[in-house]
Amino acid sequence: MSLPVVDYLKLPEGEDPYLEGHKCSECGSIFLGARNVCSNCFARDSIEAVKLGTTGKLYSYSIVFRSFPGIEVPYISAIVDLDGGGTIKGNLIGCEPDPEKIEFDMPVEVVFDDALGRKDKDGNSYISYFFKPIS
Amino acid sequence: MSDVYVLGVDMIKFGRFPERTVPDLGAEAALLALDDAGLNIGNMEAFYCGNLGQANAMVGQRILQEIGQTGIPVINCSNACATGATAFREAWTSIKAGLYDVVLAVGVEQMGTGLLGGAGGGAGIPKEGLLGSGTMPAVFAEAGMEHARQYGTTFEQFAKISVKNHHHSTMNPKARYQIETPLEEVMNAEMISYPNTKLMCSVNVDGAAAAVLVSEKKAKELGMQRAVRIKASVMTSDPYQERDLVMPDVNSCTRKAAAEAYEMAGLDSSDVDLVELHDCFATAEMLHYENLGLCKDGEAGRLIDEGEVELGGRIPVNVSGGLLSKGHPLGATGIANIYEVCTHLRGEAGERQVENAKIGMTHVIGLGSACGIHILEKV
Repeated sequence: MSLPVVDYLKLPEGEDPYLEGHKCSECGSIFLGARNVCSNCFARDSIEAVKLGTTGKLYSYSIVFRSFPGIEVPYISAIVDLDGGGTIKGNLIGCEPDPEKIEFDMPVEVVFDDALGRKDKDGNSYISYFFKPIS
Repeated sequence: MSDVYVLGVDMIKFGRFPERTVPDLGAEAALLALDDAGLNIGNMEAFYCGNLGQANAMVGQRILQEIGQTGIPVINCSNACATGATAFREAWTSIKAGLYDVVLAVGVEQMGTGLLGGAGGGAGIPKEGLLGSGTMPAVFAEAGMEHARQYGTTFEQFAKISVKNHHHSTMNPKARYQIETPLEEVMNAEMISYPNTKLMCSVNVDGAAAAVLVSEKKAKELGMQRAVRIKASVMTSDPYQERDLVMPDVNSCTRKAAAEAYEMAGLDSSDVDLVELHDCFATAEMLHYENLGLCKDGEAGRLIDEGEVELGGRIPVNVSGGLLSKGHPLGATGIANIYEVCTHLRGEAGERQVENAKIGMTHVIGLGSACGIHILEKV
């Protein structure tokens, strides 16, 4: 069985994977990961887990040509504003790593797949999320 | 409250010194600054030491072991790339509070090679190249591309910033490099993280810088001829922004700090004659033209296109060569840029002197984020 790559990626049994945000019921701010206090409006005990959207728009990006040793390049590091709120960062796949081919605000969907074959020291495989252009 | 003055300030030539130690580099800068002030360690009442790489290793005390153990309080601090500015500001605060009349601030760093940064370490598997990139060139590229989406800023405009700063550094003997880099060379250099090529990334170097800060009473006693008045000293952290968790914010903390610094100094951006700002990447410098109010929002590209930020232009930026060519020893940078501005206000900057410089501004950003801004005035 594969593990989620981050704790805000949820793999419920028999259901589709999804990304989980934590939303402040007072001001509507959305965070990744649980917390006790809202860092925007300082409300306490106002944070609730919510399912994040599965589509969004490309807000910003960089095309990475040099990374740490052993990391395959190039890849597109993308920041995506999700429909319904929340911003997440991940790899944009299914798109040429060429600024001419990448447009701000292009619609993308969140897809879930194996984490590029990466395994931890115990041999566990992982599920990650990726962004894919919606044509 | 007493005004606070920089009486002595200096930096070592930035470079690669693998055979030396962090305290050794810091000690050299401390002695240079003490000599510049005409004082010795016996005159210092407190010592604020900034270093990042050995933040848990009592660097300040080890510097005193090399230059004189007088028993004064030593405060070691680390605040990412704002570490040097933090040490300097703590020194300023102590004099403002009336605790001391003469204090020493040192920033020092010995750097490794290669990319800085990382993405979501900890348990499981490496996240770099899986959940985007946490490398610094990519993080600052994404910040620059946010400007591109808003204003159509181009790769060429970002690259021109690197051309400018490398040109400036040819006139700075203490910079790591003194090499011209024409536009084609910058744009055709190895692409690290689009739009930042290798020549648009700051240089990892070893370095140290130091300053002796004094109260007004002490400045008058010791001689005002080369003293520089600290008109404003401000630090901020990053106020909440909706994309914080995936996009470290260098803009809002800079805007907040700049507004507070101008208010504290009773000045506005049109009064400033030169700026040393945090060009850790060419994309970052572009953002800070607007963040520091050197132009209106959306005009940063025009500023570099029209040469307004070059030596001889309306508001010269990073005449030292900046982090891009002078180099960026993380903990030293915040005091090295104060050295640069003071050198111009003293009229001692030689070939790169900004004519008739009376007011200068320094700015650093520690990602995560901390912003430090100082406004300095010729006496």
